[in-house]
Amino acid sequence: MYNFTYHRAGSVDAAASRLAESGDAKLLAGGMTLLPTMKQRLAQPSELIDLNEIAGLNGITVSGGTVTIGAMTRHADVAASAEVKQAIPALAKLAGLIGDPAVRNRGTIGGSIANNDPAADYPAAVVGLGATVVTNKREIAGDGFFTGMFETALDEGEIVTAVRFPVPQKAAYFKFPNPASRYAVVGVMVAKTSGGIRVAVTGAAPCVFRQSDMESALSGNFSAAALSGITQDADGLNEDIHASAEYRASLVVVGAKRAVAEIA
Amino acid sequence: MTAETGIGARVRRKEDVRFITGRGRYTDDINRPGQLHAVFARSPHAHARIRSLDTSNAETSPGVVAVLTGADLATDGIGPLPCGWMIHSRDGSPMKQPPHPALSVGTVRYVGEPYAVVIGETRAAAQAGADLLDPDFEELPANVDTASAQSTAPIHEGIPNNLCYDWTLGDEAATDAALASAVHVIELDIVNNRLIPNAIEPRAALGDYDAGTDMLTLYTTSQNPHLARLVLSAFVGLAPEHKLRVVSPDVGGGFGSKIFIYSEETVCGWASKRLRRPVKWTADRSEAFLNDAHGRDHVSKARLALDANGKFLGLKVSTIANLGAYMSTFSSSIPTYLYGTLLAGQYTTPAIFVEVRSVFTNTTPVDAYRGAGRPEATFLLERIVETAARELGMDPAELRRKNMVPKDAFPYATPVALVYDTGDYQACLDKALALSDYAGFPARRAAAKARGKLRGIGLSCYIEACGLAPSRLAGQLGAGVGLYESAEIRVNPTGNVTVFTGTHSHGQGHETTFAQVVSSRLGIGLDQIEVVHGDTSQGQFGMGTYGSRSLAVGGSAIMKASDKIVAKGRKIAAYLLEARPEDIDFEDGVFRVRGTNQAKTFGEIAFAAYVPHNYPLEELEPGLQETAFYDPQNFTYPAGAYVCEVEVDPETGVTRIVKFTAVDDFGQVINPMIVEGQVHGGIAQGIGQAMLEACRYDRESGQLLTGSMMDYAMPRADDLVNFDLDVVRTDCTHNPLGAKGCGEAGAIGSPPAVINAITDAIGVRTLDMPATPLKVWTALQAGSAAVKGS
Amino acid sequence: MTVKVTTTVNGKPVSGDVQPNTLLVEFVRETLGLTGTHVGCDTSQCGACTVHFDGKPIKACTILAVQAEGHQVVTIEGIGQPGNLHPMQAAFQENHGLQCGFCTPGMIMAGIGIAERNKGTSLSEETIRAELEGNICRCTGYHNIVKSIAAGARDM
Repeated sequence: MYNFTYHRAGSVDAAASRLAESGDAKLLAGGMTLLPTMKQRLAQPSELIDLNEIAGLNGITVSGGTVTIGAMTRHADVAASAEVKQAIPALAKLAGLIGDPAVRNRGTIGGSIANNDPAADYPAAVVGLGATVVTNKREIAGDGFFTGMFETALDEGEIVTAVRFPVPQKAAYFKFPNPASRYAVVGVMVAKTSGGIRVAVTGAAPCVFRQSDMESALSGNFSAAALSGITQDADGLNEDIHASAEYRASLVVVGAKRAVAEIA
Repeated sequence: MTAETGIGARVRRKEDVRFITGRGRYTDDINRPGQLHAVFARSPHAHARIRSLDTSNAETSPGVVAVLTGADLATDGIGPLPCGWMIHSRDGSPMKQPPHPALSVGTVRYVGEPYAVVIGETRAAAQAGADLLDPDFEELPANVDTASAQSTAPIHEGIPNNLCYDWTLGDEAATDAALASAVHVIELDIVNNRLIPNAIEPRAALGDYDAGTDMLTLYTTSQNPHLARLVLSAFVGLAPEHKLRVVSPDVGGGFGSKIFIYSEETVCGWASKRLRRPVKWTADRSEAFLNDAHGRDHVSKARLALDANGKFLGLKVSTIANLGAYMSTFSSSIPTYLYGTLLAGQYTTPAIFVEVRSVFTNTTPVDAYRGAGRPEATFLLERIVETAARELGMDPAELRRKNMVPKDAFPYATPVALVYDTGDYQACLDKALALSDYAGFPARRAAAKARGKLRGIGLSCYIEACGLAPSRLAGQLGAGVGLYESAEIRVNPTGNVTVFTGTHSHGQGHETTFAQVVSSRLGIGLDQIEVVHGDTSQGQFGMGTYGSRSLAVGGSAIMKASDKIVAKGRKIAAYLLEARPEDIDFEDGVFRVRGTNQAKTFGEIAFAAYVPHNYPLEELEPGLQETAFYDPQNFTYPAGAYVCEVEVDPETGVTRIVKFTAVDDFGQVINPMIVEGQVHGGIAQGIGQAMLEACRYDRESGQLLTGSMMDYAMPRADDLVNFDLDVVRTDCTHNPLGAKGCGEAGAIGSPPAVINAITDAIGVRTLDMPATPLKVWTALQAGSAAVKGS
Repeated sequence: MTVKVTTTVNGKPVSGDVQPNTLLVEFVRETLGLTGTHVGCDTSQCGACTVHFDGKPIKACTILAVQAEGHQVVTIEGIGQPGNLHPMQAAFQENHGLQCGFCTPGMIMAGIGIAERNKGTSLSEETIRAELEGNICRCTGYHNIVKSIAAGARDM
């Protein structure tokens, strides 16, 4: 790891202004992606601004049909939360599938979505549940948050402070993990929300996407059978030594069917 | 006492205390005052000429003490790294042995090859210095493919077709005749996939030269410190043997990868002498992926001849084995004498012929990895036998049973050089079929089908040759070393005992099992016995731990030494008790005049030996300490039957193991708990090979694509199940313990059982390892496409 | 340029001057000389470096030493000693849950976490295997590690 200066932020505002002053600083959330990347010398920020000691940036509240999760909330806490399990069990399950227990004790939702790894799980939840991303500057609809591989709608220096999930009628998440890295080769979140059916797919493509053919089919008939005619186009899907694009395409359909079967 | 602590007892391990409390002492835990840190510069190219290397910026980087290259090593007369096993080709010519310098000289031949070392006051300083090295590489064509290596650009001078040797074993004429006249000939192409060992402790070395005594101490993660010392002194030239001390402290797993003499410990030792300061290096995992010797990597064609009733008549095998870019310490022996000689398996096949061509490619050197040649032989044999059963419409168990060496046919001389001492293969198979409820499988398959899942069951009846090795035979076959083992039992005046063994436990539990042997032989408590290994300044020369040899050979040496102790003790007791030695019995730690209660304890005899006031000094020297070297008469031949049951999800290709049953015959075992652990670990590695672990190089660039655990799938707990084990026991006929050894059997027997099961589940003739979800799914798609097309 | 870090390790306050890029595992091993916590990989996967951070298992190779300021770190040395073993340590010896010992401190620390997270439930083999995803062993095949953790959890 190259060296850097370390700054422990006391508040979001302080972190934001530090970020603005120092041209080449990065925010340190859980560190479960940033630190390994720095260890491999693929990133070398001149400064790290640590968000872990900012009071009030973590926490889960459920009220009025909304689950609000602070940006620094650990995956383990989302997975174990009785309120999340009660309100959106698919979300708790998804959080419990990220990494391993030790990684879940540090990794955060804010860090995950700000990074937007194509194989991460949370993007499927944010898009699949129609969540809203709250930052220190504004609110961004989940559908517009993830803009490309490792790219988000966040402006320079903008910091995620929370994610608000409307409680769906039903939702389910199916993940097919890479046997080596355990990241999502394909992850599918299916949700029946007040705004309609949502099917969000992560892992398969460079960025999370909504599967509109499936959403249409399920709108008419919310059952696994409704998906039997649907295929996922392999064009543009990720291809690597563990999974071809065709295989991923097939898993998208299988994943969606299984998720629907769980909750239909 | 001995029932709970002697041979056969499930004694809890003595060595555990330090490991479970974090007080183990591994090489990276050791630090010497004033130590420097070494960082190796490694080739980014699979094949390149080093046109120049500008070290000036590195040398002047803050904290850098030295920058050294292959030229410096050569100037000091160090190296190259030798291969210790001579193989001859079928035309009698010796194998082609290109030089293997410890640091590259002129050309780099695999990604990760070390070409320079930067030594600094801290690791960070050395790394910063290494970042300032300025090499100028001229890239050359690279080939990483085993099958085509003989027709691609040569990577060594004087070896135009990249062929190290073309070795054969067996009777070609008889085998060809069997194939020509057979009613059935089954043909199979088999790939044995390359593996990366990945012991969880990365390799490390610390060279510590004392100029005052001209003594070089080298701490290193070695499975065989005495052998390392011999090779480093006699062949590599680090120091005269008596001026070199090698210490292997606690070692965190080896699986073969820590047998060999590598660049890094060579350089640390040499640099320490040169700089007169300790020099330390610890691999990070990425280096381990690139530079620890890989395993397996065979491409074979096999033909099995059977008569109308399914009796095996002949087996002909042609194998291309990848050596990697350079020879490693034992690499020539793995695909030859540790492979071809196992092609009879448990069967009475009368005619066998194997040809092995070992080739150089621009990949990491390949050498022994748990099983070392025997997994490759077993996989080939058990896959072709299974295929034969399916094509002949015979039950796979029955086809095997009909061809097995019967239990009254031992000693059995195979057509491929080995003489099996004893075994009962049918009993192993019977037990395995019962324990796995093989008979109930069809119903389970049907039930799974109703749930939309595909179940399969696969057998593997393995035998292996281990307990390495009879020295004379090994020498005849090309080994440059002997393969005996040694033990010194030093009885202390106070009656407790220190046992020095030439083996080196790196997880096998010798501190406990060897103590159990001594306890049962000398009748003293386990807590009275200390087993010492791993330091060449303590204890006599031994060949180390690998090849499932430590108990069979090392334990036998301990038995011999124990016998010598008892013999001398008997003479002392006879004197003290005024009887004849032949009238003295020794049992449960007591020397007794037969038929009387005139007795002396072991402790009293020990004290008498060291305080010889009342003692036969005219006939007997004082002291009670005996050394024994044991050279085995033969290999040992563990064997067994494994059954794997799997369930495949046809929509995703994901395969889960439902049940894994292993019945092994290891002869006498010392500690069944430890033996079971060895089998568990071996099976896990075998399942890893069969389902998870793919070492892949990019065919264009020669880059290692699977260079970390993010891409190389190491087996986790949730990939595996609990294993159902049982034993059959036929004792080895030629060592005093009757022990066959058990360390590698699990990794040898398991891969064919898994692949036989998966191919059975999805109804394909062949499937290469690892049978990943992608591969299984693709095979299922192809199968259904074929059905659709017909 | 070094930074002073003050933290609590195994119940005792400690401090040291470290570079910001010093990992917690390096601080523990090299500055404090507590070598029971091991480094087995460089991708945060193997778990040999598992310690407890404010009572929860984390990977000490994937957190900076400076981040430990104001927190509680417990390593394998702080869990129990020869002659006074933690039930999880004793369970590993009793059930032959280790061979070479290198992954073992991490397994024990992770095992304690598994037991605590699943307190009050009947801890199944399936759960233990799933929650060992972040701890890799090459020697044992996990069979006896799972047994050890189940036994240790019962005895805690």
